[in-house]
Parts: sequence; structure tokens; C-alpha cells
Amino acid sequence: MTAALSLQDIQPGFADPVYDAQRIFRRLMDAMARPGRIVDIDADIVPPVPGLEGLSAIALTLLDFETPVYLPRGEIGEALSGWLRFHCGCPVTTDPQEAVFAILSVTELLPISAFNSGDPKYPDRSTTLLLACPALEGGKHVSLTGPGIKEAAHIAPSGIPDSFWNEVMGDRSQFQLGVDIIMGTSNAVIGLPRTTRINEES
Amino acid sequence: MAYVSVKGGERAISNAHAWLDEARRGDTNVPELGVAQIREQLSLAVDRVMMEGSCYDPDLAALAIKQARGDVTEAIFLLRAYRTTLSRFGASEPINTTKMSVARRVSAAFKDIPGGQILGPTFDYTHRLIDFGLSDDKTVPAAPLGDTPVAEHIPAIASVFAHEALLEPAPTDADDGAEPYDLTRQPMAFPAGRDQRLQALARGDEGFLLSLAYASQRGWGNTHPLCGEIRMGEVAVEFTPEELGFPIEVGEITVTECQMISNFEGSAESPPQFTRGYGLTFGHNERKAMSMAIVDRALRHAEVGEAGVHAVQDEEFVLYHSDNVEASGFVQHLKLPHYVDFQAELQFVRRLKKEWEEARANSDTSEFAEAAE
Amino acid sequence: MNAPSNLPANRVYNYAYLDEQTKRMIRRSILKAIAIPGYQVPFGSREMPVPYGWGTGGIQVTASIIGPDDVYKCIDQGADDTTNAVSIRRFFARVADVATTEQTEEATIIQTRHRIPEAPLQEGQIMVYQVPQPEPLRGLEPRETETRAMHAYEEYGLQYLSLYESVAAYGRIAGGAGYPVLVDERYLMSPSPIPKFDNPKLHQSEALHLFGAGREKRIYAVPPHTDVRSLDFEDYPFEIQSWDEVCALCNCDSSYKDEVILDDDGNRMFVCSDSAYCGERRKQGHSGPLAGHALDQLDQPEDAE
Repeated sequence: MTAALSLQDIQPGFADPVYDAQRIFRRLMDAMARPGRIVDIDADIVPPVPGLEGLSAIALTLLDFETPVYLPRGEIGEALSGWLRFHCGCPVTTDPQEAVFAILSVTELLPISAFNSGDPKYPDRSTTLLLACPALEGGKHVSLTGPGIKEAAHIAPSGIPDSFWNEVMGDRSQFQLGVDIIMGTSNAVIGLPRTTRINEES
Repeated sequence: MAYVSVKGGERAISNAHAWLDEARRGDTNVPELGVAQIREQLSLAVDRVMMEGSCYDPDLAALAIKQARGDVTEAIFLLRAYRTTLSRFGASEPINTTKMSVARRVSAAFKDIPGGQILGPTFDYTHRLIDFGLSDDKTVPAAPLGDTPVAEHIPAIASVFAHEALLEPAPTDADDGAEPYDLTRQPMAFPAGRDQRLQALARGDEGFLLSLAYASQRGWGNTHPLCGEIRMGEVAVEFTPEELGFPIEVGEITVTECQMISNFEGSAESPPQFTRGYGLTFGHNERKAMSMAIVDRALRHAEVGEAGVHAVQDEEFVLYHSDNVEASGFVQHLKLPHYVDFQAELQFVRRLKKEWEEARANSDTSEFAEAAE
Repeated sequence: MNAPSNLPANRVYNYAYLDEQTKRMIRRSILKAIAIPGYQVPFGSREMPVPYGWGTGGIQVTASIIGPDDVYKCIDQGADDTTNAVSIRRFFARVADVATTEQTEEATIIQTRHRIPEAPLQEGQIMVYQVPQPEPLRGLEPRETETRAMHAYEEYGLQYLSLYESVAAYGRIAGGAGYPVLVDERYLMSPSPIPKFDNPKLHQSEALHLFGAGREKRIYAVPPHTDVRSLDFEDYPFEIQSWDEVCALCNCDSSYKDEVILDDDGNRMFVCSDSAYCGERRKQGHSGPLAGHALDQLDQPEDAE
């Protein structure tokens, strides 16, 4: 059983659910179609957790009763949980294998291999990871190649633990399976679909 | 000019629609058909449209039949396209057909069964002689009432076999609390579960299922069917609102249910016993319910350890091709312009023909040369 | 470009027709399709108010991505004024308040049946294809359970065998439209029934390509800058269609052509299948051998829209 929601603490969602969701989705689609590109997300919402404007807007755009979501433990997870259950009606799961979406922060990552990477016949049945980063610049440089990228792209999101890129590379080696990743700050995202090949830069 | 005919503009479309409206209305000296007349006097067409349209609404189905000029498949499509825009409140409780208010109930297996045989409003023993009297308005006298009222609770045919264990138990899916598969929200997936299969068959085209059932009777997937029971009548539909927590009755619907029984020789795992096929339709439609039950049974071949070699036993073949809205669309889309692909085909065939003629000319020449030597 | 013709006040259905939950489901499918280029994502396709085969997949994809700032172009067989293209364009003008255009360069979303426009696509443009049969292997293997396994394990021998057999029978690879491609060297994909003439336009394209099959309930995608290779053999390389004739109206010698029958005596002419491209060339002063023909008038924008 899930605990009852305390409605007075719930911040409102989109001002205009139809147009806002459409606008955010187009940005997100652009980010996934052009991995490595920093795409602005003009969220225009009060998120349940400060700094999560971008990813919260994406959650409003994509999540509903059909998409179990995995959340971080602790206060952030609790705040997100109530807000998402109210606005999206999505079930919250503690099993990363069951998660259609997972919202995580770089400060408390789970190994990528913990999430569902799909089935060889249905590789689309995999987890999409929404990863909150402090900034999309200023960190360790990696170069990206693959579909959606003309020649190569270079990104340097900050706050990413060193082990993360190795895990992503490991995940990419099992294509067509894989976990699709969206890295986000309060107002921008970078798409890292499973097709994106990662090369660490020295 | 040919090119003009496919370059239709806005005006061509609206003019065509106006013409369609006129054609639907027909001779305006003849009184216009009312939706209530269709609902009451073409009720079996209404039943079929509701069933294959997946929406129990006799008035809407009657309106769709009127709009479709009596084209039942088109009316089914209209109802489906409307249905898909409706919001959902939730799923009803399963209907209980043993509590049916029965209007007709027959079994071909036993001469008499608990609850009795009730003939009801059936074409079965009518002589198919055109009733010329129907072309004039006339008052139809009320049918006489029976001497004894129909039993309130009529047990299902399975209860007759219960003491001997000669009929396989009803295949009950363990209630794991999961939502039943819903083809209106999820694409077809294989292997199909029983819920998915029965939903597809219930929505399936009556003619397609009829032909499959007929083929299986003739040996193309031999199911040795026998009609254990058909019942038709009204059942209550109940819904449990989340805030109440107990079911309330939201209305009554007419359904036709068929339990088809097939004999089975037994296998290493299962004793010889009768097996079942199940059919259920909205309204009164025995042809569809019986066909559905036979096809359901044929598709269960693996469960009862039979080899599946015929089309009717192939779930991918049957379930993918039973939907007449899909089938009608794909067959009829061939009348849309295809001149880009046809131009590609034309080029290819012209090239092959030219090469063939050149090769033949060459061989003619060489034959001629040989003959001259 | 034509101004929006319908305001929200007159609308009885949701913006862009589909309800928001359906849009979310389709949007999730589109993102997975982009993440696995060429792989067919099953989706809960809805019944639409036009029949299956009339573009229900493309319409659902468009309805899930379109917004009031988009400029929408819709073509069938390359032409904007084909009956069904007119009908679908009207649908979105009505339910999504979008501006429509016939100019490829102006469009942000181009919905198409059977063609890719001649004008090069640009970054930011989205092609939406109406797909009758998304499974490239269906003609060789009718069973979905089998073809799904072939894609899962990259077993495309059957496809190559079929190409080889056509070489053996005809001396070349048969197939003029819907010619199979390999996307990012992994998934075999049907490009929809576009002529193979258009296949090279998918390779390393600037635009995003989304494919919707409504009846078959599949969505797939080719992201921009993605390798798309038409299958062939070293000694029988892939080749595209060409015509000896130029366009009778605009004199173009490099476009895909429609064949127009002029009379019962076998007289015919060839004109550009892309009506907007042909019209633009004529405006620029290009003139073909039959310029001034009645067909010239047909490609002008409709007055009443």
C-alpha cells in the first residue's frame, strides 16, 4: 500500500498541460536525436526539489500510470514521489529492473547494470534514466560518436563519478540492449541514447 | 484526363461528401429512416455493430448504421473511431451469465437439462419463405406467455458433467490482480493469453470466424464440436467505484453465450474427457458466438496436446486477420494512388521486356545463321 | 504559407485530436525508436477517424509531436494536392492550429506517403512517413514471431538470399520501392514504399525521420547523421532509377518522374513527382518541352484553403 498524499504540499504542474508537454517533448526529442548537444528546457514549473526543474518537466511530459518509476531514497525521493504520484499517477517502484523510468542524482547513483536493459526481441522495454547533474559543463571531457552525431560531439557534465563513464561504456557494448540516459540540470538536458559510443578524452 | 482524376482538391472532396449525403438519403419522397426504427427493427444489425465495434450503445450503433447506409463494416468502424476518444472510468466486474434473465437457451447435448430448453425468438424453425405481408404495415400480436416462469438461476452446462468429471474444468486464469490484456490499448503480442485471444475473437469479423469455424468442422483443424449450450438474455453490469469499494449495478446488457464441447481422446497427461470452446457476444448473435467458440477451441490445441497444423489453429494467422476494420482498411487502401511505386515497377518490367526481346532477337538470328550453314 | 484556419474555441476534440495519455504513450515510443534506430517499437495504436491504410500511423506520430509553432507540409506520391494529402493537411490545420505550406524549405514537419522531397532536408526538419508494412522481412516470412527473432539475432540471411535469387532470375536486384536498408549497420528496415531513388536521402540526413504504421502498430526512426545503407552485392551494386526523359513542365533531368498518359495512342509525358519542387523550378524560369500544358495550372496552390 502507498501512503496517502498530503495535498497541501504538492506544487502545481504545468500551467498548460497540453502545450507545455508538447514543447518540452520536442526539446527532449531533439536531445535524443542529437546526442551530446546541450538542449535548453524552458521548464516554467515549480519542481518538488529545487534544481530539478528540467527533469521534473520531462517527468510530467512522459510519465503516467503505465510507467513505473524508480526514485532516489531519502527526502528527495519522498518529495518527488508525492509530486509524481499526484501529477502523473505513476507507480513508484523500488525494483530498478521494473522501472520504465528512473530519476537519480549524480550524488547517489546506482550501477547502470542494475536497471533494465531490455530484451533482445523487445529492446525498447528498457529503463530510461533521468540523471540530475549540477551542470552540463565544467566536468571531465568525453567525446561521443554514433547516430545523431555528425563526426563527433564533446561534452563535460560536472559532478559525474569516474566509474560512471566506464559503466556507460560497458552498457553500450551490449547494443541492441541498453539503458537510455538523459542528463539534466534545471534548464537544459543532454541526451545519451544507447547508440552513443563514449570515448574518454585525456 | 487521367491526371486530373487523382489530383483532387478541396472542392472535389466536399462535393463528393455532398453527393454521398444525397445518395444516403435516397429518394426524398420516401420518409427518412429514424434511428429508433433502426434500433428496434434492425436490431440484429445493431447487435453486430455493437459487438465488433466494441461499444454497447444501441442508439449510437443504430445511428452509425444509418450514417453508413447500412454497410455494417463501415458502421463498426464509425463506432470504433468514436469509442477510442471516450475516457475510461475503469473496468466493470465480470458479468455472471448463470444469473442471466434468459430469453433463449438450448443444449444440443441432452434432451433435457436443469433449467430446461427455451426456444425463444429464433429463426431456427422458420420456413425461409419471403413474407410478402411484411411489405405493408401491420400490427404484430404479442407472443403468448409460457405457463411457467423461467427459472431465475439456470446452471451452466458444466454442472451437468460435474459429477463425472467428463468435462475439463473451466480454464480459470489465476486472479493475480493484473488488469486483463486490452487490445484497444496494447498491440497484439504472441503467444497470446486467453484474455487477449477472447477479446480479439469477440471483436473479430463474424464472416471470418464463421468461415474458419466451418473449415475446422470440415476437417481443416478438426474440433468435433457439439453445442453444449447457447443462452441469450440480459445480464447486469456492475462497477466498483474506487471511493465506494463495493459493486453497484450500472445497467443491463443483452448477451449471447455459447459453450461448445469437443471430445478428446486423452493423452499421457490428461484423461479422456470433453474440452471446451467459449463464445460471447453483445446482443443476440448465435452465429458469431458459436463460430467464436469453435475457433477458441481450435486455438487451444496446444493446451490439450493436439498438433496444430491448420490455419484455424494458428493464433498468429487467426488473431492478426480477424479484425475487419484493419482488414478493410488495408485491402481498400490499394485504391489510393500508388503511381510512384507503380512507376518503379513499370521501369523494371519495361527493362526486363526489352532485354528479353533483345535476347530473343539474338537467338533468332543465331538460329537463322545455323540453319543457313 | 497559409494562416491557421481554426481556433481552439471551435474545437470539440483535444488539441491535435489525440488525448494526452495516448500522446504520452506515443512520445515514449518515439524516444525508444530514436534510441534504437531502425528497430520497430510496438505501440498501442488507436483507431483514427480515417481508415487504416490512409495514414493512421503517420497521423498519430504527427499528432504526438506537432505544436502551434510548427509549419506543416503533407504530401502523397510527392504531391501536395493529392486528395489524401489535402485531406490530412486539412485535418491538422483544423485540429492543431498549424500553418501549412507546400514549400519543403518552410516546413518543420513533413508528413509523406511514398516520397522524400527533392529539395535537400535541413536540420530541424522532421519527416513523418506513413507506413503500410513496417516489417521488411514480411514478404519472405509471414510470421511476426519469426521475424522478430531474426531482428533480435541479426539473422538477415533470408533477405540476402532473396536478393541473390532476384539477381539469378533477372540479372539484377529487383525491387523499385520499399527497398530494404540497414540502419547503423544493425537493424534491417523498410524505408516505407518510397522509390529506391529516395533511399540515399536517408543516409546521413540532416533531418529526423519518424515512421508510423498504424494498423501494424509499430513506430521506428532514423535519427539525423545516421548511416543508412541500401542492401546490395559488390558485383551488383545498389542503383537508383533514372529517366531518359526530362520533366515536360520544368525540364528537370534529375528528379523522380510521374508518367502521365496523354491519350489512347500511347502518347505520354513525364513530369516531376514532387509538385512543389517542379512549381518552384517553373517560377524560376525553367521550362520543359510541354510547358503551358493544362497540368501546369494544377500545381498552383489552392485558392480556397
